[in-house]
Amino acid sequence: MKRLLPRLLLTPAVLSLFLWMIIPLGMTIYFSLIRYNLMQPDQTGFAGLENFEYFLTDPSFGTAVMNTLLLLGSVILITTVLGIALALLIDEPFPGRGVVRLLLISPFFVMPTVNALLWKHMMMNPIYGVLAQVWQFFGAAPVDWLTDYPLLSVVIMVAWQWLPFATLIFMTALQSMNREQIEAARMDGANYLQQLRYLYLPHLGRSVAVVVMIELIFLLSVFAEIYTTTGGGPGDASTNVAFLIFKQALLNFDAGVASAGALFAVVLANIAAAFMIRLVGKNLDK
Amino acid sequence: MPRSTSLSPALILRTLVAWGITLLLFFPLGWLALTAFKTEMQAIAVPPLLQFSPTLDNFREVQLRSDYLLYATNSIITSVLSTLLGLAIAAPAAYSMAFFKSRRTKDILMWMLSTKMMPAVGALVPVYVMAQHSGLLDTRLGLVIVFTLSNLPIMVWMLYSHFKDIPHEILEAARMDGATLWQELRLVLLPLGLGGLASTGLLCLVLSWNEAFWSLNLSSAKAGTLATLIASYSSPEGLFWAKLSAASLLAIAPIVVFGWFSQKQLVQGLTFGAVK
Repeated sequence: MKRLLPRLLLTPAVLSLFLWMIIPLGMTIYFSLIRYNLMQPDQTGFAGLENFEYFLTDPSFGTAVMNTLLLLGSVILITTVLGIALALLIDEPFPGRGVVRLLLISPFFVMPTVNALLWKHMMMNPIYGVLAQVWQFFGAAPVDWLTDYPLLSVVIMVAWQWLPFATLIFMTALQSMNREQIEAARMDGANYLQQLRYLYLPHLGRSVAVVVMIELIFLLSVFAEIYTTTGGGPGDASTNVAFLIFKQALLNFDAGVASAGALFAVVLANIAAAFMIRLVGKNLDK
Repeated sequence: MPRSTSLSPALILRTLVAWGITLLLFFPLGWLALTAFKTEMQAIAVPPLLQFSPTLDNFREVQLRSDYLLYATNSIITSVLSTLLGLAIAAPAAYSMAFFKSRRTKDILMWMLSTKMMPAVGALVPVYVMAQHSGLLDTRLGLVIVFTLSNLPIMVWMLYSHFKDIPHEILEAARMDGATLWQELRLVLLPLGLGGLASTGLLCLVLSWNEAFWSLNLSSAKAGTLATLIASYSSPEGLFWAKLSAASLLAIAPIVVFGWFSQKQLVQGLTFGAVK
């Protein structure tokens, strides 16, 4: 009884997650080895490694991997650096701090499709968009963001969504700082940069790890922002791995190639996971 | 050190900079809200209009043209049901791992989180094929199942980190006093774990409400959620900014307001209690 009950309680979660993982994985492996194009049902049979070869030698593939890494890296960098700066800025009381907090966190709750369309049309439209107006006001030629800087545009949208999250985490972490220690440092004549370097930043180490980890989970598969704005284009300029697989599956109807790509994405995710588990594992032991 | 209450130059500067950045970051949302009450011509006016007489026509139009209420109902049903189902599965698991720790507990937790690292797109083809064969494509039930499963690892983790902080002695004391398992759960664990359950539920609600990958790929006209409704405004014919804004405002307002009230729990939850 004493052993049985905990196991019984654990079973539904473990079993459902196991099935959720193993069935799609098994099917993906199977599909990746056969000819499976929804538009060409007459072509069947074992394909060997053809699908992998096709996916990996597709010129879009290298671009997509680069874009995925660029998107991940720049969003994580922007949100971490700006997030820390913002958190330090609003760490101490000032008039309207509560309202500032509420307004700051808001973009985090906006669904990706709204985020994407809001930026695509109202902000980044080269004629009527707000940014174009601002550019013109300063006498500059308006930028056609989604055509000329598609990946940067996606980075801006995603970073806008995740900056509030990072800021709030860092703020929460700063609140648990030892105020007396800071006072003591100040008394001893440490300037702000020194305080930053030796007190604030070391204290934030753990929350940086958490922010990087959570963003890694959610940003590896950015999809809706690309789907609703650039459609991965122009060309492949804003296609990431997730979107490339989607294109193969639901636009080219090639489930075989898409599955081969999916397996590659799984490998990519596992590399990230290994990295992450080391980070969190350390925290878990504390 | 007593902080000076007078307006020192540093404080004024801090206030100005903080408010400036905040308004800049909030601007797109504020602009969205304003545009929702403009006419289509006003929405694309050059230079942008700040003063206008607000209209509610866009909201009416959105309901008429694309049946907002159907999508909103789908969103509410799928996110609430997947949250409840998720809690029902995750809470026992978290309880078991937090209070009956075994050698494998840590491995199981890590494995669960690693399934979340698997990009959803990796499972797209199989899940699509399965949904199609089982008739779950474009049904609310299909979305509920998928949302639940994709949130489950995070829910188990959050609940586990909350339950872990509850002292074992309290539960043991209750057991010593002759409490049955049911009494132990209802009278001791539930009150102490309520905060954890609430913040886990809140987070799951937000994640499901905003979920876009699965809803875009697995649902359309029948079970589509608000995220899919908005995506259909990607590039329609004619002037549509005001209508897009109205639809967007309706889609995000409930969850943003909801988020305002629960921001602290949500953030703490998302960090699995690692940042306090």
